[in-house]
Amino acid sequence: MPAFILSRILQAIPVLLVVGFISFAMFAFVGDPVTAMLGQDYTEAQRIALVHKLGLDQPFFVQYAKFMWAAAQGEFGLSYRLARPVSGLILERLPATVELAMTSATLALLIGVPMGVYTGIRRNSFASRAFMVFSLLGVSLPTFLIGILLILVFAVLLGWLPSFGRGEVVHFSHWSTGFFTVSGLKALILPAVTLGLFQMTLIMRLVRSEMLEVLRSDYIKFARARGLSQRAINFGHALKNTLVPVITIVGLQLGGLIGFSIVTETVFQWPGMGLLLVQSIQVADIPVMSAYLLLISVVFMGINLVVDLLYYAVDPRLRMTRRVSANAP
Amino acid sequence: MSAAHKTAPGAVARLLDSDFVYAYRRSPIAIAASLVAAICLLAALLAPWIAPHNPFDLASLNLLDSFKPPAFLAEGERAFPLGTDDQGRDLLSAIMYGARISLLVGILAVALALVVGISIGLTAGYLGGTVDAILMRVADVQLTFPSILIALLVDGIARALLPREMHEALEIYVLVFAIGIALWPQFARTVRGSTLVERGREYVMAARVIGLSSPRIMVSHILPNVLGPVLVIATINLGQAILTEATLSFLGVGLPPTQPSLGTLIRIGNDFLFSGEWWITVFPGIGLAMMVLAINLLGDWLRDALNPRLR
Amino acid sequence: MTLLDVQDLTVEFPTRRGTLRAIDSISFSIGTGEILGVVGESGAGKSLTGAAIIGLLEPPGRIAGGQILFAGKRIDNLSQDRMRAIRGRQIGAIFQDPLTTLDPLVSIGRQLVETIQTHLRLSDRDAKARAIKWLEEVGIPAARARIDAYPHEFSGGMRQRVVIALALCAEPRLVIADEPTTALDVSIQAQIIELLKRLARDHGTSVMLVTHDMGVIAETCDRVAVMYAGRIAEIGPVVEVVRHPKHPYSEGLMGSIPSLEHRVARLRQIDGAMPRLAAIPPGCPYNPRCPKVFDRCRVERPGLLEADATRAACWLYDKAAAHV
Repeated sequence: MPAFILSRILQAIPVLLVVGFISFAMFAFVGDPVTAMLGQDYTEAQRIALVHKLGLDQPFFVQYAKFMWAAAQGEFGLSYRLARPVSGLILERLPATVELAMTSATLALLIGVPMGVYTGIRRNSFASRAFMVFSLLGVSLPTFLIGILLILVFAVLLGWLPSFGRGEVVHFSHWSTGFFTVSGLKALILPAVTLGLFQMTLIMRLVRSEMLEVLRSDYIKFARARGLSQRAINFGHALKNTLVPVITIVGLQLGGLIGFSIVTETVFQWPGMGLLLVQSIQVADIPVMSAYLLLISVVFMGINLVVDLLYYAVDPRLRMTRRVSANAP
Repeated sequence: MSAAHKTAPGAVARLLDSDFVYAYRRSPIAIAASLVAAICLLAALLAPWIAPHNPFDLASLNLLDSFKPPAFLAEGERAFPLGTDDQGRDLLSAIMYGARISLLVGILAVALALVVGISIGLTAGYLGGTVDAILMRVADVQLTFPSILIALLVDGIARALLPREMHEALEIYVLVFAIGIALWPQFARTVRGSTLVERGREYVMAARVIGLSSPRIMVSHILPNVLGPVLVIATINLGQAILTEATLSFLGVGLPPTQPSLGTLIRIGNDFLFSGEWWITVFPGIGLAMMVLAINLLGDWLRDALNPRLR
Repeated sequence: MTLLDVQDLTVEFPTRRGTLRAIDSISFSIGTGEILGVVGESGAGKSLTGAAIIGLLEPPGRIAGGQILFAGKRIDNLSQDRMRAIRGRQIGAIFQDPLTTLDPLVSIGRQLVETIQTHLRLSDRDAKARAIKWLEEVGIPAARARIDAYPHEFSGGMRQRVVIALALCAEPRLVIADEPTTALDVSIQAQIIELLKRLARDHGTSVMLVTHDMGVIAETCDRVAVMYAGRIAEIGPVVEVVRHPKHPYSEGLMGSIPSLEHRVARLRQIDGAMPRLAAIPPGCPYNPRCPKVFDRCRVERPGLLEADATRAACWLYDKAAAHV
């Protein structure tokens, strides 16, 4: 087990180095940080001084190593746009994004998985067909449009819920949370539904198709031939086997959630990292972009690790002492 | 050989008699979806000829016409069936022109992803070994990142690299590139999977034995056999690509208001949502959703029809 | 005493080009403790017959005619719930590929216990004891220690033993074994057949053994039914059918086993191929391939006719016509 975790972490390192390289390359080659920081009027001496100060006169790989070393300590330099340390900017925005993403993920999982199971088992019932049409609608409506429509109905027409911002937040040292105030919770509803809806329908559809796949397998037929009850077959065997691929899917979906939180945050002016990224991209604020990329990769690696651990818990084939890694998905 | 005259009725007759067409004719959803898709496509293609106004013709714009509600409302005018936006552009025409741009970007992006994905998938699957391992590892890593994020970052880099005016002029191509790059791994993985299976078949062995070159075997013998699943993914990804473009444009990093896609129109309208001019957002939104829904329904149906196991 | 009695069973698959008749009014019976072999090429309808009996035909396939009597009662028209109580308890099934018939995520002990407790009112402890007893009986070494093992920890042959234990652990009176050795190594096939034979004898279980291996049939069965294109071509005591086949198709089949020691030869020596279901010729379905074909075979379909010790669906044995 520890060896398993260790090998996964070791596998993640080259990936992080490559992503770090891309971030660094963006940082080093794209745009011109010096002119970006000095503005229009500057002397040659000022320029050289800044180039030296930023370490841009050093060899390429020295710069890369320094960049990664600084990144490991959370240092990404100054934002071109706001002239403030990127790490501070991101830290400030992190809690908002995490709370939004977690709420949406919980929503998507708690509703999406049971709906997927249901439509898989009773695939010809009226409710299943209705769910499927609804889900296709959910997949086809872009996140931002769902957000806009929700704002139109619940904020503009009905006036029940706020249309932007996080409401009142409570601070616990570095962390700010909207979970403990009424306005914070109210502000969370529309963004969380907007972000979760797409993922929920996607999860439902994927669980359904995995379930159908499993229900066709020989061991389910054999379970029927053994006379097991429908309930025992569906929940004791089919669902358990469906879980294995579903865990991967859900892991990937969490990544998607973070990606789409960019959109949701823009629609609702939610003060998270996604909004920060969009604002930075509009003015090509490279340090923020590269820091975001690196941070997100670390988050994804973390999610992947958790997914692997869950696999390990569910699938006994992985628990064998000699693992057949060639077949590992 | 004597069977030759039997096939004489031709490909069309055989197609009409195939299970595929039979399944299509029995599926009201597939028929409705393809009808809607066809209408969207026609409206987009023929926009310059059938749209009531030309939203790009600055001379014809009149600011007095701005913020007109749709014709079915009390203050609407029949000249502007779906109302007008803040600059007095006719929304219906803007939607038709916008759909044209959205479809163009979507189709080109999927085409790019197809070319890249198929080439890489074929190469990886056919050659195997280290090449395969490296290419698929790259695809796997990219797949863990949501495509919208990749497209955003690629667009952001292009924005930083290109001077502002040039970037605006090239935005369509930048978007196609950004979205195409974001979508290739799925194609590559599917093609690779099928290639691995096909590679072991007798006909590939036979082709090798008679001395055909590897690229030739890949393109003319393996490729046709993996096109089925690729077609399905392409359809589903077309919807995805159109949504991604709309999302980028909505975020303000896509097409500029001078060249509005559906996403741009929705973004413009979003600013007026609170002042009551809901139609500027809602109608382009409905247009976009209808188009993507039709494409997704078709993709879904195609997947089931081409994969009888799932029925 | 007759345990299973199949009368004029017909199974159809509706398709858009018309209804395909995969099994065309076949009749046979299995006595208590008897082993009936069912042999034929793939697509002859052997496995479908088994699936129809146990009530697990895959839709859109359906029983379109005839009836199935088990211990004197009709079972082809039972509700899903009543049929479920029969499956595993009265009629067990063994599938072809042991690598795919066991749930990979559930331990074999758990799978046995749930099957036992579905059908018998036993405490957890008693059910587990019974599970261990059955694992021992099918020859799993160190059964008590391996009861919590997962399917992937067993070899193919061992897994098929587990499958047999699962099929028999509620002591059904009939077992339908659908090609139980086809997916196994040749060296293990004989062991599994031997095991099946021994268990059937010890527990007085009847067996319907579906296979396309004449060698296995000759060694194992009491009687054999030869199927061709969804019909029974010949049925009778195994010694008679093997030594003195009456139907020209059975004759061809028997010609394809060189000897019981070389169990590799398959049914390949008959010219041509079995017709597709959509294109079964009129008259006797075997007539295009039959070396002894005559005019009547092409127009009139033969039923099963007495032919010495067996019954064969062939006009050669129409005694009424012979006198004319």
